[in-house]
Parts: sequence; C-alpha cells; structure tokens
Amino acid sequence: MTVSTAQAPGAAPRLRRGLLQGLPLGPAVVLLGVFLAGPILYCIYSAFTDMALTGAAGAHFVGLDNFREAFSSGEFRQSLLYTLIFTIVSAVIGQNVLGMLLALLMRSGSAVVRALVSSIVVGAWVMPEVVAGYLWSAFLGNDGSLNHILGLFSVPGQNWLFSVPILAVSLANIWRGTAFSMLVYSAALSEVPKEIEEAATVDGAGTLQRLWSVTLPMIRRTVTTNLMLITLQTLSVFGLIWTMTRGGPSNRSQTLPLFAYQQAFQLSQLGYGTALALVLLAIGGVFSLVYLRALRLEDRR
Amino acid sequence: MSSSVTVQSRRRLRSRVAVDLALLAVAAGFVIPLLWLLLAAFDARAGASVSWPHPWTLANFNAVLTYDTTYRPMMNGAILCGGGTLVTVVASVLAAYPLSRYEFRAKRPFLLTILFATGLPITAIMVPVYGLFVQVNLIDTLSGAILFMATTALPISIWLTKNFMDGVPVELEQAAWTDGASAMQGLRSIVLPLMWPGLAVVTIYTFIGLWGNFFVPFVLLSSNDRLPASVSIYTFFGQYGQIVYGQLAAYSMLYSLPAVLLYLVLSRRLGGAFSFGGAVKG
Repeated sequence: MTVSTAQAPGAAPRLRRGLLQGLPLGPAVVLLGVFLAGPILYCIYSAFTDMALTGAAGAHFVGLDNFREAFSSGEFRQSLLYTLIFTIVSAVIGQNVLGMLLALLMRSGSAVVRALVSSIVVGAWVMPEVVAGYLWSAFLGNDGSLNHILGLFSVPGQNWLFSVPILAVSLANIWRGTAFSMLVYSAALSEVPKEIEEAATVDGAGTLQRLWSVTLPMIRRTVTTNLMLITLQTLSVFGLIWTMTRGGPSNRSQTLPLFAYQQAFQLSQLGYGTALALVLLAIGGVFSLVYLRALRLEDRR
Repeated sequence: MSSSVTVQSRRRLRSRVAVDLALLAVAAGFVIPLLWLLLAAFDARAGASVSWPHPWTLANFNAVLTYDTTYRPMMNGAILCGGGTLVTVVASVLAAYPLSRYEFRAKRPFLLTILFATGLPITAIMVPVYGLFVQVNLIDTLSGAILFMATTALPISIWLTKNFMDGVPVELEQAAWTDGASAMQGLRSIVLPLMWPGLAVVTIYTFIGLWGNFFVPFVLLSSNDRLPASVSIYTFFGQYGQIVYGQLAAYSMLYSLPAVLLYLVLSRRLGGAFSFGGAVKG
C-alpha cells in the first residue's frame, strides 16, 4: 500500500501487468531455483565445512581447509590433469575437428556415401553412454576387436584400458560425441551462401585458402558456441568412464567427477567431495566465460 | 571446348571419389563397435571381438527378456523419462512464451543464465542434490528423480523452445488479441500448432537425453525395483565378474532401441536437417 502511493500513478497496474506477463516463467524458475540454484548454493556452503555423510548435524565451518587439502593432494592434482587431458583431447580437438572435417567432406561427397556415413556416426551418438562404455571396453580389451585387427598386421596386442586408460576413454568420447559437432557444423555450413565461396574460387583461391579465409570466418560464432557446449558436456562425463575403467587402473583415468564421487559417496567425505565438485563447477565457469567473452567480442565487431 | 569440359568434369569426379574414400575411412573407424553390438547379440558364444555368429540365435534375447532384467527397468525408464520429459516440455513452453514475446529488463541476464546452465556440469551438483534429497525424503522416489531430471533438461529445452517460438510471427497473435483472446489462449491455439515440429524436436531430444542418463538415477535411486534400464544394465553386467558378452549386447540393443527409433522419427520428420543446429548459433 505504502509502496503504491509512493510511486507515480499508473505504476501499480504496470507492475501488475508485468508480473502477469512474467507468470508463465514461474514453473521453470521454481524448478531451476529448487533443484539447480539451491544445490549450487548448498554446494558452496558445504565445501567450507567438514560435513560427512553419516553425521550431517555435526558439520563445522572449516574455512578453506577442504581446498587446501585438495590442492596439496597429489591425487587431486592428478585428477585435475586427467580432466584437462580428457576435455582437450576428446572435445576441443577430437569431436570438434573431426566433426568439422566430416561436415566439410559431407558437402562434396556423393549422396549414398553421405547417408551411410552420417547414419553410422549419428548411430554412435544415439547410443546411451553406458552402452557406449561397454562397447568400447569390449573393443579395446584383451580379446577385443582392436587387438584382432592389429594382429593382422602382427602388432602385439595389449589391454588398452590398462596401458593407456585416459586415451581409451577419450577415444570412446570422441566416438560418442562427434555426431553432435558434425550436425551443428553441417547446419551452419548449409547457411553459408554458395555465391561467396564461388566468388573466392573465381578469384583464384585454393580449397584450403577458401576454407580458412572465407568459409570458417563466416561460421565462427557457431564454432565458439559449439566449443562451449561440447567442453561443458565433456567436463561432466561420468557414466562412460565409470563403465569403462571406474577411474582406474590406479586412478589413471580418474577425472574430477569420478574423484568427487569417490570422495563423497564411497568415502563419505561430503564436505571434501563438494569442494571438489565446486572446483569442477569453477572450471566449467572459466571455460564458459572465455567462450561467452569471445562471443561478445564478436557482437561488437 | 568440349575436351576442357571433360577434363574439368573428370577432375571433379576424381575429387568426389577422394572425398567419398575419406568419408568411408572415418566411417570404418566408427562402425566396428556398432557392428560388434549387432553381431554379438545374435551369437550365443560371443566374445569381445567382432565375429560372425554361427549359428544365428535368439538365445541371448531369451535369456535377458525377463521381468527383472528387462521389462521392469524399461518400464521404470519409461515412467522416469516420460514424466521428466512432460514436466520439462510444459515448463519450457510456458517459460519460452514471455521470453519470446515480451521485452523486459531481466530478459537478457535470464537468457544468459539459461545458456550458461545448459552446460552446467550436472555431475558436480549431484553430491549436494543427494544431501538435499535425503533431508526432504525424496531420495529413492521416482517423483523426486523425475523432478530433478526434468530440471537438468530444462535449460537446453527452454533455449531451444524459445528459438523455435521466435520463428512464429507475432502478427498472427496480435490479430487474436484484438479479437479478445488472452496471451495463453493465443499460445495454445496459434503458437503451439504452428511450432509443433520444433516442439517435437524438443520433446524427443529431451527424452533421448534422459533415457541415456546414467549418473542421476544411479545416485538418486537405490531400490532394485525402481532402477531404470540405464542403471540396471550396470548393476546386472558390471558387478559380477565374468561378463556374458552376448547377453550384454542383446540387452544393450534392447535398451538403445527406443532412443534409436525416436531419433529416426525425429530426422524423418525434419527431412534430415536436424534443425536444432540453428539454435546453437548463440
């Protein structure tokens, strides 16, 4: 009442209309607030306590202890390193480059080959991640297809899940995720006007030169957005690695999500586990800020 | 003149063959794990390597097609993902409407937050969500899991729905408004019928995403009779030493089938061009 009298006449109806218009946002905002923002705030709070799974009541504020413990632990630094390797090798390089390559090649391949290749690549993408995990453990295992193929060239076989676990899970993630980048880049490339590329060809530009200085610059916004999406998706991969290696052997494929899961649920260190989760969130945040900043710089051009 | 044309067309043919070969080489790398799945499922003595089944048999399917192993987890998955998809789609359509039709000050920050949240590593917040669910007694309940799964799918779903809704011209609704229709009536009778292909994309995309989700039900559900297929495949095959590869392949195939079929519907409907690519332009 006091608020409405203090404002200019007409403000109250306008406010009411604004609220009415915003009302449909309600269900989404409530869900996002309760199940997404709530847990994140709780995450930030409990990362500074010594909360354990068994006695939530006995949580004490411990300041930065959890983070200090994390950054001084070799296991954590190792999993941080594996997270970065996994993300850069499988998303930023693997899925991104291979997806772009496929999208570019698709444009000049014949129709039959195009349909065949895209259904195979998309087929890999549609597989649920746990299934992808099992398919790749079978493929890379001791008696797996890869060793049989290598055997034809008399290369000695090995259990790739044990010898190079982080590369094994990265490869599986490339297999699973490339279709996404391919579809996104195909859609973007189909919107590049043919005339511009033809004009460049007429001006004597070679294929690579045309690609580098005409085609790619025209879809750079899509590239940035796609990089952001696949980076963040890859940072939080759990099921694939869990079914393939469970983070092993001796933690050599243990990325941050698996490390946090192990600390929080298997060792009941909720506070420490959430501190690790917070580090993961922060890494995701840093990556997105970089990409969003790149997009905003684009806007200004 | 004619010879220069044939030289050019021959060169074009040669480069097309080179491109085709390159594409087939990549596809060959992709196809082997899928081939294993197809062949091993019909081979009672399947190993980890690709081999031709002799004889072809349905024994693996017979072995896994039981209530406890297949039917119940599939049913749970359908309830979980169907419910989650329904909640997500309804909430996103409602939320997309004001975002698409009105201008307000909080719009840009809200949309940026949504875009940011699409990539939020959900894995990271599972620990606090577990704590939250224990405190409010939602742990190991389907309804709790449905609400949380719906929320995880919500950001990307709102983003896509808003983009599709932007494609429906606002003039059509303005005519209805002058005839006295409310905004919600306009949404139901004008906007939704016009954007149903986009809505189908969002629905199917959400369902496929939830169907494949392993970690969320893995953490939030624990009773065997509530686990969806994504988790039961792990509890069934992952925890008891020796893996029966044939049965694993058969089960994987059954579990993947809904996602594959839905994707086929999706791509058929849209004539191959998976138009969510347009929504990733940022």
